[in-house]
Amino acid sequence: MKVLYFAWLKAKTGIGEEEIAPPPGVATVGQLVEHLKTRSPGHAAAFETLSVVRVAVNQDYGGLDTPVKAGDEIAFFPPVTGG
Amino acid sequence: MAIRVQRADFDPGVELDRFCTGKTNVGGVCLFVGLVRDYMGHDPQAGAEVRAMTLEHYPGMTERQLEAIEAEARSRWPLDDALVIHRFGRLEPGERIVLVAASSAHRDAAFEACRFLIDWLKTKAPFWKVEHTPDGDAWVDAKESDDKAAERWLK
Repeated sequence: MKVLYFAWLKAKTGIGEEEIAPPPGVATVGQLVEHLKTRSPGHAAAFETLSVVRVAVNQDYGGLDTPVKAGDEIAFFPPVTGG
Repeated sequence: MAIRVQRADFDPGVELDRFCTGKTNVGGVCLFVGLVRDYMGHDPQAGAEVRAMTLEHYPGMTERQLEAIEAEARSRWPLDDALVIHRFGRLEPGERIVLVAASSAHRDAAFEACRFLIDWLKTKAPFWKVEHTPDGDAWVDAKESDDKAAERWLK
């Protein structure tokens, strides 16, 4: 699956986009987050406060319970501030 | 109906003219333009000086969300047409960021839909602002007032 990071999540992880082969048992956004946190100290910092992290699965807003599977595009970002 | 996400500036006069041309069944057009402010937060005295900002967005999802917002406006009001233009990249104070417009047979629908479009866009379209100030760069936090403005439209 493709994982994208925007705004300060991109700054903290140090990457905008990465291809992930999650271990078995990762079936939801929440489980994916737990896996991503182990990738680097930057990832752990980015996901430290989940209340300020939003997620989109295949470009639609989701939550920690949203299912994820191989081939999905999952994006993590702060609450939006456009307009 | 049109959605445009672009780095380049736009000319509100030209857009308005184009938006109105050829419409004989429309009684009202409402158009909103958002600009870059030169201070942070709500208080011009207390807020740090903003020299510029950079808008980042999520290509693909941005267009998808704007289309959904526009479709929602059309389902709520009898609109003739709607237009959303949103810029990204580096912008300086006074520059235009966003334009939303709605047209309808009667002005109430045009006013309300225009307000709805900007309120919902602010809380749903995946854009993020980082402000460049004399003290460094700062990501803009989402505002509770924007959430409140969007909540007014919850059915």
